[in-house]
Amino acid sequence: MSLSLFQAMVRMATPILFAALGGCLCERVGVINIGLEGIMLTAAFFGVLVTYVTGVPLLGFLGGLASGVAWGYVIALLTVRFYGNQIVVGTGVNVFGLGLSAFLSQKIWGSRGASEAVQGFESIWVPYLGEQTFFVYLGFILVFALQFFLFVTPWGLRLRAVGENPQAADTAGINVFRYKTLGVVVGSAIASLGGLFLSLGHLRFFAWGMTSGRGFIGLAAMIFGKWTPVGCLLASLLFGLADALQMRLQALGILPSQVILLIPYLVTILVLSGFVGRATPPARYEPYKKE
Amino acid sequence: MIALAVRGLTKRFGDIVANDHIDLDVAQGEIHGLLGENGAGKSVLSSCIYGLYRPDSGRIFLWGKEVHITSPFDAIRLGIGMVHQHLMLVPHLSVWENIVLGREPRRGIQVDRKKVLRDIEKLFEETGFQLDLSEEIANLPVGVRQQVEILKVLFRGADILILDEPTAVLTPQEVDQLLATLRRLKAQGKTIIFISHKLKEVFALCDRVTVLRRGKKVGTLPIGEATPEILAEMMVGRRVFFEFPKERVEKGGVLLTLREVSTNPPGVPLKGISFDVRSGEILGIAGVEGNGQSELVEVLVGLRRPKGGAVLFQGKDITHSSPKERIRLGIAHVPEDRHRLGVILDFSIWENLVLGFETEPPFRKGWITLNLQAIRSFARQKIREFEITVPHENVPLRTLSGGNQQKVVVARELAFEPSLLVACQPTRGLDVAATEYLRNLLLAARRKGKAVLLISADLDEIRALSDRVLVMYEGKIVGELAPESDEYQFGLLMGGKGFDEAGVASSS
Repeated sequence: MSLSLFQAMVRMATPILFAALGGCLCERVGVINIGLEGIMLTAAFFGVLVTYVTGVPLLGFLGGLASGVAWGYVIALLTVRFYGNQIVVGTGVNVFGLGLSAFLSQKIWGSRGASEAVQGFESIWVPYLGEQTFFVYLGFILVFALQFFLFVTPWGLRLRAVGENPQAADTAGINVFRYKTLGVVVGSAIASLGGLFLSLGHLRFFAWGMTSGRGFIGLAAMIFGKWTPVGCLLASLLFGLADALQMRLQALGILPSQVILLIPYLVTILVLSGFVGRATPPARYEPYKKE
Repeated sequence: MIALAVRGLTKRFGDIVANDHIDLDVAQGEIHGLLGENGAGKSVLSSCIYGLYRPDSGRIFLWGKEVHITSPFDAIRLGIGMVHQHLMLVPHLSVWENIVLGREPRRGIQVDRKKVLRDIEKLFEETGFQLDLSEEIANLPVGVRQQVEILKVLFRGADILILDEPTAVLTPQEVDQLLATLRRLKAQGKTIIFISHKLKEVFALCDRVTVLRRGKKVGTLPIGEATPEILAEMMVGRRVFFEFPKERVEKGGVLLTLREVSTNPPGVPLKGISFDVRSGEILGIAGVEGNGQSELVEVLVGLRRPKGGAVLFQGKDITHSSPKERIRLGIAHVPEDRHRLGVILDFSIWENLVLGFETEPPFRKGWITLNLQAIRSFARQKIREFEITVPHENVPLRTLSGGNQQKVVVARELAFEPSLLVACQPTRGLDVAATEYLRNLLLAARRKGKAVLLISADLDEIRALSDRVLVMYEGKIVGELAPESDEYQFGLLMGGKGFDEAGVASSS
C-alpha cells in the first residue's frame, strides 16, 4: 500500500469511525441508533450554516456538535423515557435530517443541492498520517478514551450493565434511565463529529445527502468491530480502504464509475453477511419499564 | 434477638389481596423457611421487605427499630440482600464485574481491581466457593451463577439474606451444595429467609418455618414440631397424600423399541441405547441431569437425528420420521422446558391448547380457516376437565401459574389419545397441589393402557410412579432397577459405579 493510499484510507475511515463509535455507545446502553445518518447530516448542515453566518469555523463546529446533542436528547426521550420503538424513531431522524437540510438550504442559499463554500479547518501535518484535519486525530484519541472508559472505569461497567440487563442494574442500585440517556446523548454527539468532518474538514460546503450512507456503514463497522471502540477503529479502516480504493480506481477510469462507486457498499454487504452471523450484540434493544 | 419483624403487612394489587395482615418474626442467626404454594404471597412479602413493592399498610422493624424501605437501594443500605428466583446478573459481564456492579471500589477513575480481588477472596473463605472471576456469566451453569448472586449480595454487606425459591432451577447436586453454603453462612451469624415450596429442603435446612396460604399467614412452627403432613396440610388447606396408590395394570405389548441408538454432539452423545416400553407401564429414566436424558428425548420426538440405531414404534421404523408424523402416530411430548418447547407465553390459553393440532379436522373449517367456535369450546372443556384455574380461555398463558401452564401442555398432549407419553420433568417448579395432580394424571394414563416414559431428575418422583427404572450415565443406560430398590443402589448407578458393584441385573 502506498503512503498516499494509506493516508486516504485514514481520511475516509474517519467519518465512518465517528458513526461507529457513536453507534457503539448507544448500543451498549441498549438503543439501536438507526438515526446516525440523519444525525451526521444535520450536524454537517449546521456546521456549515453557523460558519457561514459567523465566519468562524470553531463556532460552526460547536453548532454542529450541539445539533448532535439535541438529537441525542430527542432520541433518548422518545426511546428511553417514552418507550418508543427505536427503529421508528431512528428512521424518523434520518428522514427529518434529509428534509430539514434540503428545506433550509433552499431558503438560505437558494439551492437545495449545495451551500456556498465556507472557511474550514486547516490541516495539521503529522509524520506518516500526512496532512489531516484535527478530526482525524480526535477520532484516534476518542477510540482509546472510550475503550478505557467502557472497560476500566466503574461508570463504563455500569453503562454496559444497563444495556445488557437493566433489571439487574436496577436491583444493584444503578439509575438505569440516567445511564441510558447518557449513552445515547454522548453517542449521538460523537456521531455528529462524523458529519462535521465531512462538511467542515473535508469539502468545506454542505451538499444535500453528503453523508451518503456513512451512518449506516458506521453501524456495519460497529457490528464488525464487535461493539468495542478498538474493533470499530479496525473495521472503519477496512471500510475507509474500500472508499479510498474506489476513488483511486475512478481516477484510473478502467471501470464504469457506477460500478466503482458500489465498492464500499459491496464490502459492507460482504463483511456483514460473512461475519454478522457470529456477532451477538451486547445489549437488549427494548425499552426498560419499571414495575 | 429479633433481626427482622413484620407487623400487619398488607399489599393489594387491584382487587387481589396478595398479603393480608402478615406478621413475621425472624431471629438473628436463624434460617427461617417461608413456605407456601405458588401465589400464596411469599414473593410479594419478600419484595415488600426488599423495597421492590411498597406495602399498603403494615410496619417493618430491623433490630427492633422501625424502618421505611422504599427501594432496593434502602434495603441494601440496611443490610438486607436478596437472591431473586430469576437471577439478576448481566450475562456478558465477568463474574467479578457482576459482583461489584454498582459498588465498585475505585482508585482514581479506575476500578480498583486489586481491592476487588482481595475482597472477593475473603468472601470465598466465608462461603467456601471457588470461582474463576474472569469467566463470563453466560458460560456458567445455573448453579454457579447462583453462587455469583450470593457473593454479590454478601459483597454489599448483607446480614439478612432473602432467597426466593433458590432451588427451583438447580439440580439435586447443586441443591445439596447450596444448602451446605447456607448452613455455613448461618454459622457465621447471618440471618436467612429461605422461600420454598419444597418440604424436603425446608426440613433439611430451616430452624423455623412460616406457612402462607392465599395471602394469609397460617402459622409459624419450629421445625422439630412439624411433619411433612402437617406442613402440606397448612399449605394446601386439605390433606395431601404422599403415597401414590399404583394399581395393578395388565401390561400390553411392546409399543416403543430403541435399538442401539447413538448420537453425535452437540450435547451429550448417546452410546448404544436400547430398551422397550410396553403399553400400560411407566418406564422411569433416572439419572443426574445432563447425562443424555434431553438428547434421548429429542431422538424420540424427532428433534435430533441419531447417528446409528433404530427407533421402532408399534413395530414401524420411525428413526427418520418428522415430529409431525410421530404426533400423528400417537407420541405425545411434555417437554422439560415448557417455556422453550411447550407453549407460547403471549398466546392465549385456547391458542396454546391447539398448537400443533390446529390442522386437525375438528379445529378446521374448510381449507383455510380455523373453526374458532370449535376451538374455544374445546378449550373451555379442557379448562374444566383439567381444573385449570383461569378466568376464561382468552387470557394470555403468561398470566397463569406454572402449575396451570403445565396443565395446559398436558391437556393438549393428551387430547388426541396418544398411545405413548414422553414426560420430561413434568413437575419441575410446580407446587405441592399441582405436582400431586400431574402425578395422578400420569397414573391415570397408565391405567388407560397408555405407555409413559418418565424422565425426571427427582428420584422420589421416579420411584413413586415407575414400574421399572433405567438409570442413565454419560449417554448410556447403566442399569435397570425396580423402583423399590434402595436409594443407595440408585445413587451408585447414577454416580456411574458399574452395576456389578450395585449388584443388579443388566438391562436389555
